[in-house]
Formats: sequence, C-alpha cells, structure tokens
Amino acid sequence: MTKHYQTISRILAILVLLLIITPQRAYAMHIMEGFLPLSWCIFWFAVFLPFFIYGLIKIKQIVAVDDHNKILLALCGAFIFILSALKIPSVTGSTSHPTGVGLGTALFGPGVISILGTICLLFQALLLAHGGLTTLGANAVSMAVVGPFVGYGVYRLFKKMNINHSVALFACAALADLATYLTTSIQLGVVFPDPNTGVLGSVLKFIGIFCITQIPISIAEGLLTVITYNLISSSLPMKEGTIK
Amino acid sequence: MKKLKIWQKNVLMLIVIIVLMVSALLVQPNGSFGGSDGAAETMITKLDPSYKPWISALLKPKSGEIESLLFTLQGSLGVGIIAYIIGYFRGKKKNAIN
Repeated sequence: MTKHYQTISRILAILVLLLIITPQRAYAMHIMEGFLPLSWCIFWFAVFLPFFIYGLIKIKQIVAVDDHNKILLALCGAFIFILSALKIPSVTGSTSHPTGVGLGTALFGPGVISILGTICLLFQALLLAHGGLTTLGANAVSMAVVGPFVGYGVYRLFKKMNINHSVALFACAALADLATYLTTSIQLGVVFPDPNTGVLGSVLKFIGIFCITQIPISIAEGLLTVITYNLISSSLPMKEGTIK
Repeated sequence: MKKLKIWQKNVLMLIVIIVLMVSALLVQPNGSFGGSDGAAETMITKLDPSYKPWISALLKPKSGEIESLLFTLQGSLGVGIIAYIIGYFRGKKKNAIN
C-alpha cells in the first residue's frame, strides 16, 4: 500500500515540476468568431450535424423512458453552465475553464451532450462574445462531441474493470476536459500551420500550451463532478437503469 | 483506516480543489492570469501574420465588468437550477417518509 502512495506522489511531483517550468499564456477552448476560414466553419458544422441529430433522438428516448430524466437532464445542462463560467487559475500563470460535460456523459451517455453543450456554447457565443456563431460547429465538435465520447469510453472501460465508481467518474470528467482542448489544438493547428515545422509543429505548439495549463483544471473538474454526483445521488430518485 | 462518510469525502475533495487554485497563484507570483481569447489571437497572428478575421462577434460586452456580470449570471443560473432540483427531491423524499 505504501509503495502505491510512493509511486503516486512521485508522479505528482513530476507533474507539478513540469507545470512550474513551463509558464505559458492561456487560450480559451472556444475558437473566436472570424478565426476559422469559412470553408473550415462549414466543414466542422457538417461533422457536427449527425451528432446533433443523434443527440436529439437520444434525448427523446431518455425522456420517454422516465419523467424524472427530464429533470436530471436539466441538472446536467445546468452543471455545464456553471463549470464553463468558471475561469480557474492554473499553475502555468494563466486561467482557463473546465467544460462540465462529465456528469451528463456518465449519467446519460455522450449523445445528450451534443445538445446540452451546444446550448451553453450558443449562450456564450451570443452574449459573451466567447466563441462565435461561425465557429460554433468546430467548438461543438471539440466540447460537445469529442470530449464526451472520450470520457464515456474511459468511463465504460473503468466500469468494466470494476474500478470504484467515483474514480471512473473522475476519470470520465477529467479526460473529457483534456480531450476537448486537444481537439481545439488540432483544429487550430490544421488551419494555421507553423511556417517552419508545418501542421504537426503547430498542433504540437497548441497542445503544449493548452494541455499543460489544462492539467490542474481537469483535475479540479473531475473532483467537482464527483462532489456534485455525491450530492445529487443521495437525494435524487436515481435508479440503476438511469446510469448506463 | 476508518471509512470516510460521503460528506467528509466531499469536503476533502473541495480542499484539494482550493489547494490547486491557491498553489497556482502562489507558484506564479508574477503570472498575469489573463486568460484566453486575446492571447489566442496573438498566437494565430504570429503563425500567420497575413490572416485577417473575416467576421466579428455580433454583440460584445461593453467592458470587463459587464463581461464578468454575464459570466456570473451564467453560473448563478446553473446553480439556481441545480439547487432547486436537489431541494425539490429532498423535500419530496422527506414527505414520503413521513
């Protein structure tokens, strides 16, 4: 048991060191209005569309099964609203925000997030000038599709391996967060290749910036998701069937 | 080790989150903690100096204060909904027991 703790503390020490020695500016996960060429905007909307339709079908099914699910869906959407409004300071000397998609993903699967996440993105694009309408497709693909699907995959895997539910939930939320920012790095790197090192160099540059800042924030997001789940599971009528 | 109660675990996790944030502020005493979008623009213009954004946001918050107002609004909206739902079901459960 003590050996276990030693390994964990060693990994943590290395991570912290890595964070301190690489100070970087932060970049929000939302790609700003006008910063993707029109053809790319259309491309990402086209990629997003099937997931949007899948999400609509899923939500209809879920609501039909049990009336309580409607309320739980509202709760998952509200959680995304809260978390994506939080700008959390990171050890790199900048701030960035979590995505909040982990809770809904674990409760209902990744499909519903295509809708819930996009509602939140739309709110921020319209009222806060964060993200944009033309870049909504690209931002939705990163936060409302790739993130939740990666998180769900991890969650299912952990459940299958009989790992503690809280740990699975934590991993689901934290990795969905990281996957979202990884996707944004790729989306930007492809459009703005580095003059010297090309697309790959640019993607790596964006990954370096995004993901290092995001590591402590994804940990915070994972913990917040577990706390919220603990709070709701003790008072909400959640049947085993709800949690897939 | 004694098994922790759920609320004790929650408090423990909250403390870890606070430590994460505070340590970030302590580790980088000179950090700007600016976030985000302006910096993303700089990065992109560095990679491709000729790129001009072809469209800009319809509405922009008039100042940083208005922006934080809207962010707070967004967060409180979410908290309001969650608090309402949890409270609603807590009350319902209590009623069912009585």
